[in-house]
Amino acid sequence: MASIKIRAKLSGDVTTVKTLIKHPMDTGLVKDKKTGNVIPAHFIQEVTCEHGGNKVMTAMWGAAVSKNPYLSFKFTGAKAGDTIKLSWVDNKGESDSAETQVS
Amino acid sequence: MIDMKRRTFLKGSVAAGAISAAMGAGLLTPRMVLAAWPTAAFEAKTVDSALDALMGSHQLEGSDKISIRAPDIAENGAVVPISVETSIANPESISIIAEKNASPMTASFLLGTGAQGFVSTRIKMGKTSSVIAVVKADGKLYSTGKEVKVTIGGCGG
Repeated sequence: MASIKIRAKLSGDVTTVKTLIKHPMDTGLVKDKKTGNVIPAHFIQEVTCEHGGNKVMTAMWGAAVSKNPYLSFKFTGAKAGDTIKLSWVDNKGESDSAETQVS
Repeated sequence: MIDMKRRTFLKGSVAAGAISAAMGAGLLTPRMVLAAWPTAAFEAKTVDSALDALMGSHQLEGSDKISIRAPDIAENGAVVPISVETSIANPESISIIAEKNASPMTASFLLGTGAQGFVSTRIKMGKTSSVIAVVKADGKLYSTGKEVKVTIGGCGG
């Protein structure tokens, strides 16, 4: 599953991470227009980003984060060529992760 | 009169219960708490109860060191870009709250070692409301808000 697009760019000593995740982020409040049934909640609850075994960022999300979420954040301490790992877990226990090199 | 008092008493005891439960969990290991998704905070229906569940307090202090970048008018409530930046020293977490959403707590970002006081994401908003950014630093909660007008809601069908 390649659900994650991730880029990490170093500028000075600050690394900016930008990521797009493919996910429906269903709130559990919307009805399916064809069947009239409520589409059950299905959303990412936790996104973590690691650099050298250190969790630089943990995001706790509710269902109100938009479909196919975008996330960007900054951290210091990485060098060009370092690997960072991003992973997510949703409320159904599904998960995915991706790695990229800081450029 | 008697009934009013009873209401207040009930409210008070529920809140106290939630806080003590949170503190009890905190005794285990702080790391464990960070790893567990805070269900109560995300299911809370008001800003105060969501903050109580997440941070153990809803005492917010206004701060001009937090800036929210969000559109004044969001045509589509399903995708509202929000950026929060803070210059407060050693921020522990940044939370984004959409005040009038069915569940106001939208996202909470725990900043690890080296993380800067900046996050950017896109959220859904049911209707026009203020977006509140809460930054936790040194055990205190700082906040700032911005009104976002929503033309078409993005939370329900």
